[in-house]
Amino acid sequence: MNGQPMDKVRRKVLACAAATAGLVLAPGVTLLAAQGADSKKRWGLLIDASKCAKDCEVCVVACRDENGWSGHQRPATDPQWIRKVNLRDPATGFTWSLPVMCQHCTSPPCVDVCPTGASFKRADGIVLVDKHICIGCRYCMMACPYKGRSFVHEKITNQKPYAPRGMGTVESCTMCVHRIDAGGVPACVEACASQGGGAIISGDLNDPSGDIAREAAKYGVGRIRSDLGLEPGVLYRGAPL
Amino acid sequence: MSRTIALREIKGRSRGYWLGLGGLALLAGSAVAATFYIEHNGLHVTGMNNQIAWGMPHVISIFLILAGAGAFNVAAFSAVFGRTVHAPLARLSGLLAAALLFGGLSVVMLDLGGPQRLLVAMSNFNFKSTLASNILRYIGFLIAVTAFLWTLMEPRMNRYSRGAGVVAMLLGLSVSTGIGLVFGFLVAREAYDSAVMAPMFVAMSSSFGLAVFILVLAGACSWTGRPLGGFIVGRLRNLLGIFAAVVLYFTTVQHLAGLYATEHHGVERFILMEGGVHTFLFWAGQVMVGGILPLFLVYSPSARKSRRALLAAAAMVIIGGLSQLYVIIIGGQAYPLVLFPGMEVSSSFFDGAVNPYTPTLPETVLSLGGAAIAFLIVAVAMKFLRFLPETLADAALDPHYRPPSED
Repeated sequence: MNGQPMDKVRRKVLACAAATAGLVLAPGVTLLAAQGADSKKRWGLLIDASKCAKDCEVCVVACRDENGWSGHQRPATDPQWIRKVNLRDPATGFTWSLPVMCQHCTSPPCVDVCPTGASFKRADGIVLVDKHICIGCRYCMMACPYKGRSFVHEKITNQKPYAPRGMGTVESCTMCVHRIDAGGVPACVEACASQGGGAIISGDLNDPSGDIAREAAKYGVGRIRSDLGLEPGVLYRGAPL
Repeated sequence: MSRTIALREIKGRSRGYWLGLGGLALLAGSAVAATFYIEHNGLHVTGMNNQIAWGMPHVISIFLILAGAGAFNVAAFSAVFGRTVHAPLARLSGLLAAALLFGGLSVVMLDLGGPQRLLVAMSNFNFKSTLASNILRYIGFLIAVTAFLWTLMEPRMNRYSRGAGVVAMLLGLSVSTGIGLVFGFLVAREAYDSAVMAPMFVAMSSSFGLAVFILVLAGACSWTGRPLGGFIVGRLRNLLGIFAAVVLYFTTVQHLAGLYATEHHGVERFILMEGGVHTFLFWAGQVMVGGILPLFLVYSPSARKSRRALLAAAAMVIIGGLSQLYVIIIGGQAYPLVLFPGMEVSSSFFDGAVNPYTPTLPETVLSLGGAAIAFLIVAVAMKFLRFLPETLADAALDPHYRPPSED
């Protein structure tokens, strides 16, 4: 021991151990200090079907461009984070057209059934997929009542850094979480307001003075398959629900 | 039982044995190659897509896992319920249970793209997920069956075989229940969302497992020249008849419940009348070939005494079982999700449309590879360990056996 007393050696060993532990734990401490999703908020969308034109797809195009999920001209396997659904009442012949995407349920079945916890709901209600631990079992696609999810069938190149994707994993609308976290609005909302009929608004469902709460109180809104009790965060007005 | 029946390895030196082994190995290797092909070219080379997310690999893997859990019933009859007549068959029953389960899990692994994904699944658990808890059930069942086989094969451990058998039997029951609940808990889809799925899958498991067991036992005895008497065959025949009838009963209950609730009339009309291949597989495959004909072959006085009739009945139960799982898994997804009840619906994502599915060669080979792996394990294990009784002749098994009189 180079002639050093035992106590000094012990102290050195302990100091090294403490320094190593500090280096290992420091990033975690930093993470803990970072701001997470705000549980007081409940992000959601309100879609007014009466303002949504049948042949308008600007929300779909904007989402595709924003998140980079363009397909391979194979409709059965190409992903669709958002799609326009056309409805017709067979009794009256009345028609509607409205966008449908992940409904960001309060009690999401995809989160319940996911074996690894890859499907998860943030504290502010946004439902996402952790691509690192998604094993591609597709049980969430079986469980989602809204056809909200797609499976990535091909290798992905040139993906957006804020919307990671990967072959063999499942994906869906993220409500443009990168924009929301930066204080913005989802791409579909922005595009619909500027190029479409202004049919989609986004906001905090818990905010009683927010746009969505005001509209909901004034006109009444509904949720797709509200009978399932999943309490989606996407509300619809003027749709046959 | 008049005397203790010895168990002995099969010789496994014949040309047929090695050819069979080579064929199975080739199929298993082809399955691995198919996985690489799919992973390399993209998953669109399978027939599965965003509408039919679970396809042929899921049909075959669930069949194998269910059959594995059900194949243990014969061992359970002897080890747990003390039916000594089944005792010589307990080892083969346990071997088949473990091998079929392993084969089924291999298909799951290949479909997911490799073993690394199973590692992720085993290190990240969502305990509310039926799939996640099923992984624990599968592993538990495999361990319990292996332990059970050890207690049978190691004389010092024989006294623990009953306990190990009870644990394995309960875990097997839990495996088939768990698979039923994978579908039963899916409230979103009209074809599922029913508690009857759990007991129906238990019955299916027993039926499929026994059918595979009967064919493997008859094949092994025939190829190795070991006697298989009418006494044990009669027991297995009666059991197969009971299991097939129970599956038919639960199928009836499942569809009667659907026909009673107006909201399910659409999916019932689809499966029972207008579903094309699904309707055909339901009536011709599941009900007729998998239910009514086996019951006729098992219980009709004219066919009762025929060994071939029993083997045909077992083969039919397997064909019917595959049809049933195809109708449940593929048919349940082919029928469109109902987002807007009462409305006519269309979209670029196939809302409101019946979803077609055609399995491609790579996914079919990948799926059949699981069965090949299972039977490869059985064939190799029987060569090196004592799984197969030397004789199952009536004289050795039937306590009331009397040799035929000479006059």
